[in-house]
Amino acid sequence: MDQSFPYLTILIALPLTGAIILLFLPRENPGLIRVVALVISLLEFAVSLPLWFLFRNDSGDMQFVEQAPWFPEWGISYLVGIDGISLLLILLTTLLTAICVLASWNDIKDRVKEYFVAFLVLETAMVGTLASLDLVLFYIFWELMLIPMYLLIGVWGGPRRIYAAIKFFLFTMFGSVLMLLAILALMNSYAAQYGVLSANLYDLYRYVPPLSLQYWLFGAFALAFVIKVPMFPFHTWLPDAHTEAPTAGSVILAGVLLKMGTYGFLRFAIPLFPEAALAFGWIISASALIGIIYGAIMCIMQTDMKRLIAYSSVSHLGFVMLGLFAFNTQGVEGSIYQMLNHGIVTGGLFLVVGMIYERRHTRMIADFGGLSKVMPVMAVFLMIITLASIGLPGTNGFIGEFLILLGAFKFNRLYGALAATGVVLGAVYMLWLYQRVMFGQIVHEVNSRLKDLTKREVLILSTVVLLIFLMGIYPKMFFRKMEVTVAQYLNFVSAKGQVASMSPSRLPVNMVIGK
Amino acid sequence: MMVMIPEFAFEWIIPEMIVMGCALLILLMEAFSGERDVRVHSRFLALAGSIAALYFTAAGWGHTAGIFNNLYLVDNYGTFFKALFLVISILICLGSQRYLERHAIVMGEYYALLLFGVLGMMVMVSSSSFITIFIGLELMSISIYVLCGLLRENHLSVESSFKYFLIGAFATAFLLYGMALLYAATGVLDLYELRDYLGSGDFFLTPTFMAGLAFLTVGLGFKTALVPFHMWTPDVYEGAPTPVTAYMATGVKAAAFAVLARMIFIPFDMQSALPYWQELFWLLAILTMIVGNITALVQDGVKRMLAYSSIAHAGYLLIAFTVGNIQALEAMLFYLLVYAFMNIGAFTLLMVLEKKNGSPLTCEDFSGLAKRNPFLALAMTVFLLSLTGIPPMAGFMGKLYLFGMAIRAEYYWLAVIGVLNSVLAAYYYLRIVMFMYFKDPLQEDRVISSAGPFAVIIIAVTVTIYLGIFPRTVVNLIAYAGFAPF
Repeated sequence: MDQSFPYLTILIALPLTGAIILLFLPRENPGLIRVVALVISLLEFAVSLPLWFLFRNDSGDMQFVEQAPWFPEWGISYLVGIDGISLLLILLTTLLTAICVLASWNDIKDRVKEYFVAFLVLETAMVGTLASLDLVLFYIFWELMLIPMYLLIGVWGGPRRIYAAIKFFLFTMFGSVLMLLAILALMNSYAAQYGVLSANLYDLYRYVPPLSLQYWLFGAFALAFVIKVPMFPFHTWLPDAHTEAPTAGSVILAGVLLKMGTYGFLRFAIPLFPEAALAFGWIISASALIGIIYGAIMCIMQTDMKRLIAYSSVSHLGFVMLGLFAFNTQGVEGSIYQMLNHGIVTGGLFLVVGMIYERRHTRMIADFGGLSKVMPVMAVFLMIITLASIGLPGTNGFIGEFLILLGAFKFNRLYGALAATGVVLGAVYMLWLYQRVMFGQIVHEVNSRLKDLTKREVLILSTVVLLIFLMGIYPKMFFRKMEVTVAQYLNFVSAKGQVASMSPSRLPVNMVIGK
Repeated sequence: MMVMIPEFAFEWIIPEMIVMGCALLILLMEAFSGERDVRVHSRFLALAGSIAALYFTAAGWGHTAGIFNNLYLVDNYGTFFKALFLVISILICLGSQRYLERHAIVMGEYYALLLFGVLGMMVMVSSSSFITIFIGLELMSISIYVLCGLLRENHLSVESSFKYFLIGAFATAFLLYGMALLYAATGVLDLYELRDYLGSGDFFLTPTFMAGLAFLTVGLGFKTALVPFHMWTPDVYEGAPTPVTAYMATGVKAAAFAVLARMIFIPFDMQSALPYWQELFWLLAILTMIVGNITALVQDGVKRMLAYSSIAHAGYLLIAFTVGNIQALEAMLFYLLVYAFMNIGAFTLLMVLEKKNGSPLTCEDFSGLAKRNPFLALAMTVFLLSLTGIPPMAGFMGKLYLFGMAIRAEYYWLAVIGVLNSVLAAYYYLRIVMFMYFKDPLQEDRVISSAGPFAVIIIAVTVTIYLGIFPRTVVNLIAYAGFAPF
C-alpha cells in the first residue's frame, strides 16, 4: 500500500515528543501533567485508528512501510511496517496506554511528571518494537522498553519493588544480549553469502542460514523471547514484577510487554529459523504445557490477588505458545487472538485489583469477602472479566482458547488433552477467587464502608467489557485483519523449513504443516 | 623508507608547542604573580591553549609526515588521539574549577601538570620510535604521579600518588627493558623498521625477542590496567582528586591503548606471524572483563566501582586486539571516544556531589538525587546506561561495533562472555540508578552545580545520545584514522 502519510513514524515519535514536552512542564502542577499525558495518549490512539481502516485485509505483505537509510555500511536502516499481526498488537498498545493513563489518575501522587514521562517513553518503545522490520532497530526498541518499565516498577511499586525491578531488568537483559549476538551472527552469516551486511528483515527472511548455525541462533532468539513471555522455567521474575508494579505498570506488563515475547517468535525466531523452530518445537510445546498446568496450580495456592493473576498469565501465555508451535492455521490464529484477549482481560483484572487496592490498601484475598453487597457495580464488571478469563462462550477468551485447543489437537492429541485440563483449572482458580472476594459474609468491618466505582472507573472498565463482548461475539472483524497474514506466514514457514530440511528423518517433517 | 622532510618541520608540531607553551606560562605565572591572578588566568590559559591546539590538530587531519629523522610521526591515527586528548583536557578544565576551589588545590600546578600530561600523551601517540614513545610516556606518567597527590592533606591521595609512582616506575622499567631486549634481538628501534625486519625472512623467534615482547606487553598492561596487572587501579583511582581520576580513566587509558595498538598492529601481521598472540589477548580480555566486573559488583564506593568498571572496559577493548584486524582497531577507537565522553560525564557528576571533607562517595550519597536535582539524576542515568551498553546510548553502539567484530572473526565465546559481562555490569551500574530514583534523599537540600560542570555534563549527555543514534559520521571518520602507510 502506498502511504504517503508516515503513520508509523508519527506513532513512534508522538509519545516521545509528549514525554519531552512533559519534562518542561512545571512539576508543581500535576493536574496539568495528567491532562497533557492523557491528551497525548488519546491522540496516539486516534492516530493509530486510521491504520485499522486503511489496512488492506487481502494482503499479507507489510503495509505502511517506511524506509530511511541509517547506517548503510553496517547494513542497518530505519525500516518500519506492519502486517495483520502487528496491526492488532499496535492498536492494543495504544488503547491500553490510554486506559492506563486514565487508570493512574489518582493512583499516582508522587512524582507524577516522571511517571508519565516514563509511561510515554515506554509507549514509544512498544510501538517501535512492534513496527520494526530491521533487526537492529528492533533490538534498540526492545532494550528501550526495559528502562521505563524498570523505573515504573522501582519507583512507584509496592514494598519489594526494588528487588522486583532489578530481577525484571537482569532477567530480560540476560536474554536479550544473547539475542544481540545472534543478530550479529546472522547478519555476518548473511554477509558471507551475499557480500553485504543487512539487518533488513526482507533480506534475512530470504536467507537460509546453515543448519548448525540455525540451531544456535534460534536458541539465542528463543531464550530472549522465552524469558519475556515468560515460559516455565524462566517465569520467576513475572510474579514479582507483576505484584510489585503499580496498577498501570501491571496492566502494560501483562497487556503488551509479555506479548513482545510471543510476537518475537512469530515475527523473528520462527520465520528466520524455521527448520530449527520445527526441530525444537517439542521443547517449547512441552514447556508451554508445563507452564499451563503449573501456572494454574500455582494460582490456586496464591493468597495475594495480584500474584494470582500474575501466575494466571504464565498459564495463559502457555496457551499462546502452544498454539504458535502447533504450526497450523487454527493454532496460530488462536494464539494471536489470545494475545489480544490476554491483554484486555488480564489488563482488566489488574485494573479491578488496582481499584480495590486503592480503596482498601491490601490485596490479600483473605481480607475480603462479601464485596458484592457493597460494590454491586464492581461485582458485575469483575464477573464479566472473570468469565472472559475462563473462556466462557460469548466472551473473547472462548474464541482464542477454543482455536488453540483445536490447533493443538490437530497437531498432537496429547498436547490438546493436557492443555484442556488447564482450561478446567482456570475455571477453578478464577471462580474460587471471585467467590472468596465477592460472595459470602463481610468479615472485615472496613469492607462494609467501601465505595462503589466512580464514573472514571466505570468508563475504564466499560471499555474493557465492551471489547470482551465485541471480540467474543463478532470475532470475524478481527480475524479478517490477520487471516491472509497468517496464511502467508504459515506457507512461508513450511516452504522455508522444507528448503532447509534436507534430512527427511528429522522429527517435524511428517507433521502436517499449514493446514 | 620514507621521504625525508627538512629539519625545519615545526609546522607539524604546532599543537604540541601550544600546549607546552601554555603549560610553561602557567608555571611562570604561578611563580611570579599574585594568587588571584593565577586562579583566574591559569584556567583560562589551559582552556584557551587546549582549544587552540585542538584547532591546529584538526587542521592537520589528513596529513602524513615523518619528521625529526623519523623520530616523530604525524598521521591520522595520532591526530585522532591528539584531538581526543585535547577534548578530554578541555572538558576536565571546564568541569574541575569548583572542585579545585573546594579542596584548596593549587591551581597553577594543577593546570600546568594537566597540560604536561596531555603533551606527554600527544608525543606518545605520534611516534613509531621506541625512544619517542618512551619519552612521551614518562612525561605523561610523571605529571600524573604528581597530580594524584595534589590533595596533600588527604592521606588517600598521598597513598594514591605514592602507589602509582612505585608501580608505575616498576612498569616503566619493564617497558624499557622490553624495548632494550627487542633492540638487542633485532637492532632496530622503529616499529616500521621492525616490521621490515620481521618480514625480511631471516628472522627467528629468539628467546630474547620473545622476552622483549613479553616485557613490553607487561609494561603496557600496567598502564592500561589489564588483569593481572590491575592491582593499583582501585586505590589510585579512589585516592586521586576526582578530575585527575577522570583524566586517568579516559586520557591515560586511551593513550596507553593507542601505543599498545601501534606497537602490535604495525610490526606484526597478527593473523599469520604470531597466532598465539591472539590467544594471549583472548585470555587477557576475558580475565580483565570478568575480574573487573565481579570486583566492581561488591564495591560500595562509587569511585572505586568506576575504577573496577574501567578495568572491565579495558577488557572489552582487548577484543579488538584479539580479533587483530584494522576494522577491529577502528572499533576500539570508536569505543575509546565514546568511553571518554560517558566517563568524564559520570566523573564530573561525582565532582559536583562530592563532600568537602573528602570522604569517598558511596551509593548512599546518591539516594534520592532524582528529587534533589532531577537533571543531574537524568544525566547520570544516561551515563550509566551508556556504560552498561543499553541503547540508544553511545555505549551500546560501541559495544555493537566491538562485539560485531568479534562475531565476524568468529570469536563466538569471547562475544558471549563479553555480553554476559555487560549483564553483570548492569547490576552495579543500575544500583546507582536505583539509589537515585528508588530511595528517599538523606538530606533535603537541592544539589546545585555551577556553570562549568553543568556545561560539561550537557556536552557529555549530548554526545552520548547523539553518537548512540547517529554513529555513522564518526565511524566513517575513524575509518580514515589509520596508521601512516609507510
